Amino acid sequence: MGLLSKKDSKLILDPLTDDNPVTIQVLGICSALAITAQLKPSIVMAISVIFVLGVGNVVISLMRNIIPSKIRIIVQLIVVATLVIIVDQVLKAFAYSLSKELSVFIGLIITNCIIMGRFEAFALGNGPWKSFLDGIGNALGYGVILIIVGFFRELFGSGTLFGLKVLGDSVEKTGLYALGYENNGFMVLPPMALIVVGIIIWVQRSRNKELIED
Amino acid sequence: MAIDTDKNSYTIVFAIVMVVIVGSILSGLASGLKPLVKANERFEKQQNILYAMGINGNEGISDVEFISTDKVEDVFKNTIKKQYVIEGDKVTENPEAYLIDIKKEETKSKDPNYTRKLPLFEGEKDGKPLYVVPIRGKGLWDAIWGFVAVDKSMVVQGVFFDHAGETPGLGSEIKQRYFMDDFEGEHLLNASGKFEGITVAKGNADPKNERKTDNAVDAIAGATITGDGVTAMIKKDLKMYVPFFKTLK
Repeated sequence: MGLLSKKDSKLILDPLTDDNPVTIQVLGICSALAITAQLKPSIVMAISVIFVLGVGNVVISLMRNIIPSKIRIIVQLIVVATLVIIVDQVLKAFAYSLSKELSVFIGLIITNCIIMGRFEAFALGNGPWKSFLDGIGNALGYGVILIIVGFFRELFGSGTLFGLKVLGDSVEKTGLYALGYENNGFMVLPPMALIVVGIIIWVQRSRNKELIED
Repeated sequence: MAIDTDKNSYTIVFAIVMVVIVGSILSGLASGLKPLVKANERFEKQQNILYAMGINGNEGISDVEFISTDKVEDVFKNTIKKQYVIEGDKVTENPEAYLIDIKKEETKSKDPNYTRKLPLFEGEKDGKPLYVVPIRGKGLWDAIWGFVAVDKSMVVQGVFFDHAGETPGLGSEIKQRYFMDDFEGEHLLNASGKFEGITVAKGNADPKNERKTDNAVDAIAGATITGDGVTAMIKKDLKMYVPFFKTLK
């Protein structure tokens, strides 16, 4: 990365792997369980979080010296809530069918602990540029996990990807279904997201022993 | 210049200024985008009504495809010949009947002195008149609603269902083709001409949905309560229109 110094690129790349907010810090699990039954909402959620966390981190960082410490959590909440409402309104005006599909989940970004976590832990103590990179990095790390989980849940749960029937038609019994394959109905339920995330954590830690805590 | 951010007065002023700024940004945005959002909602309703009448982009694909938003307004105007508002025995024509909020009417009708306004849309398909009735009810988690297109002897010609938050992959499947298409041709009246509705039932022993006069369609496995909600809203809401259909004969 020629554009970024080594330290800066670390801010973006670390959350993708060894400091992933979902699999290492185990934050943002609630929304990871709720919306990953299909691939498309997972991707839109990832993009929305990238926007909210990137912009939010910059806003908080710019205000970091004037925020009264007594009400800083409330100020952070207001910033998240404002950004989320903006995303929601813009989607409603320009991508109505998508906003209908995501309905309540956009509002749920507010409860995403990664966002509040990064505001509190990073943006309050660092400059806007660093905070922006940190926000984008963490949101990407979160998004990557969402997309992986969404991919497996939609594939095994419904036999589709982006709604396309990649494994054949389960009603007409074509493709794999002709051989007796069945969709795993359990995959569309939230607990399976937890198990998929668990498997990702297991794979990641067995590849990098340094991540294992005593 | 260092500011003492710990002072109470500073905290209060900061909070007030912040709320004013955020409030004006959001209200400005909301009122700026409101016409767009309202238009989207109106198009959606028109698309749904037309969908129930069989005017959609479904030909040749297995997904639900609405008529496109840029055409919907014209098609809606040309297809829906008349819109009625039914209040008790009184039937009036009203070109904006489709904008009646069924949810509000349902709440108001709890007052015994209030006569509920029932919207009804008359269109034409293959030279025969078609009537579209909006329905609304409760699913497992949240509201479900839809539009049912019937001919004048109350045989279903098409339906559209939607939901606010049913379980993805289970209850949310009521808006899929394989469920909605089953309703086509189903009779709402029983053999002796009384209103019976359509029951969404498991063990219907009619998976291919060949018996159209049994007043039942096959349920979605794992979506029993949502299915019961569909049954209930069809029974409850369409029943109110039975007197109107009696006058057509």
